[in-house]
Amino acid sequence: MTAPALPAELAAQQEPAPRRRQSSSHKTRSALLLLTPFSLLFLGVMIAPIVYALVQSLFRVQRSGLGLGGGETLFVGIENYITALQNKDFIASFGRVFGIGIVQVPLMLLIALVLALLLDAAFAPLRRTFRLIFFLPYAFPAVIAAIMWSFLYQPRIGPFSDWLAAIGLDVNFLSGDMAFFSIGNMMIWGYTGFNMLIIYSALQAVPEELSEAASLDGAGWWQTAWNIKIPAVRPAIILSAVFSIIGTIQLYNDPAILSKVAPGISSTFTPIMAAQQSAAANNYNLAAAQSIILALVAFVLSFGFLKFTQRKGAES
Amino acid sequence: MSTVTTQTIVQSGSNKRARRPLGRTRRIPMGPRVSAFIVMGIFGLYSLIPMWWLLVSSTKSPENLFTTNPMWFSGFDLWGNISDVFAQQNGIYAVWTGNTIIYCIGGALVSTLLSAMAGFALGKYEFRGRKLIANIILAAVLVPAVLFALPLYLMFSEIGLVNTYFAVLLPALVSPFGVYLARIYAAQAIPDELLEAARLDGAGEFRIFFRLGLPIMMPALVTVFLYQFVAIWSNYLLPVLMLNSDTLQPLSVGLVNWRERLTEGIPYNITITGSLLAVVPLLIAFGILQRYWRSDLTAGGVK
Repeated sequence: MTAPALPAELAAQQEPAPRRRQSSSHKTRSALLLLTPFSLLFLGVMIAPIVYALVQSLFRVQRSGLGLGGGETLFVGIENYITALQNKDFIASFGRVFGIGIVQVPLMLLIALVLALLLDAAFAPLRRTFRLIFFLPYAFPAVIAAIMWSFLYQPRIGPFSDWLAAIGLDVNFLSGDMAFFSIGNMMIWGYTGFNMLIIYSALQAVPEELSEAASLDGAGWWQTAWNIKIPAVRPAIILSAVFSIIGTIQLYNDPAILSKVAPGISSTFTPIMAAQQSAAANNYNLAAAQSIILALVAFVLSFGFLKFTQRKGAES
Repeated sequence: MSTVTTQTIVQSGSNKRARRPLGRTRRIPMGPRVSAFIVMGIFGLYSLIPMWWLLVSSTKSPENLFTTNPMWFSGFDLWGNISDVFAQQNGIYAVWTGNTIIYCIGGALVSTLLSAMAGFALGKYEFRGRKLIANIILAAVLVPAVLFALPLYLMFSEIGLVNTYFAVLLPALVSPFGVYLARIYAAQAIPDELLEAARLDGAGEFRIFFRLGLPIMMPALVTVFLYQFVAIWSNYLLPVLMLNSDTLQPLSVGLVNWRERLTEGIPYNITITGSLLAVVPLLIAFGILQRYWRSDLTAGGVK
């Protein structure tokens, strides 16, 4: 008589087969019905546009004469991709976001990590208040933040130019030279709090006993943080890094809005702005090719980074 | 593993001991407390100064904006500024606010429901192709929504959908990230036994979803709603591309246009006060809902 000792799962598997198949096909139908509304919209607004852009990117509209009658559509293969990759503005725009990201992302993650560790430390004062303050900029809509910074960077309306002038520095935040700093600063202001929160939530899940054992062993706060807490929240830091890298590739709001008041920021400053510029110039086919390149780069980078860090994690 | 780390700590701790003999005996040492306060205080000021500036500047007349200390009050014209905001262009600010509510709150609500349904289906049912669908959705998470805007614009111009509410609303209804979160949460938080028990009681699958699944998933769904709300608000490119008419635009596009059009007689104080009005309700809502920013949900998933 072993039957009563069987675990519930095994017992369930011994149910009569026909009844089970019937109920599971009914369940499958319900699952598919629940999936349908999302899937239809997903196909309509995510898959279809990509496929449409992919097709468009392989054609070119040959305008004849005045170019009023729409012209002829020719299949040109990868010609648009070659044009896009040979376009100096487009390539330079990738260089610019890379240049901003390579400094801004590590700096932001470092600040976020330090703040998260402090918010998690028993000795730090006013932790609840500070957590709310650090998070506020993220709750601030990005577009409004960009408008706000565009004013703050302006001399006399915003305070910063005056403050720097008081110590003898003449800085024009809206000039082309300062564009990298000005945009990087807006990104740090807007997203550090979000990354801090991701790391902070992970820190709270680190078992208390680990840190206590370490301090009983005589480890200081910094040693506990470095040897126990930071390794424990590695997945959260990786997640923040992936989000930040994706965020940098799709950089648009801050430079696009700043470019409306800062002559130093070109209308093709970032890759998205460059593609938008092609569409505005009625070159839809080139814009399609640029969009595809951009989506591909974003996907490969974030996917590659995710895989890379996973493998490193498995090795260690 | 933990023993190894403890050993390293002991060793590195004993190395340090020679340098700092006193620090460890006190319960709450003053030094770390003060340094922590200084570090957090500096970043706190950095976070708050721009918002303080926005608040102060909203209370200033156009003349005082340029002539007085940017960080302190001078005169109090907030109410005048607010009525100027609503009077500009026959009250278009109110129209923009209404549009923003439709796009952001309406879009995020529907999107959350769709994400919950899809997430529940993927997390709690076994069927062929489940893994494939889940992986396609995960891949879509890795391509940010903004990058779909231009292809969408090209396609919507072809089918004549540009410059309509649907052009912005339809894309707002889809959140692969929301499905991903809902799926993980449903799989972890809803016990299979509960669903089986409900089925034995004769409940239909949809009844099970709405009566059992939805309530249990609610904490995660608030998070999904917030993420999607922010995503729609911040996707400035999509409405910029899609909408030509002033009357269809959300606050973000309208305010940027005001910011740009100083020369056409839109004074700075109107844009600044309009920005403040757009932000205050959001900051209050997010302060209240702060605990729902449960990023640990995501941290648990991507490993």
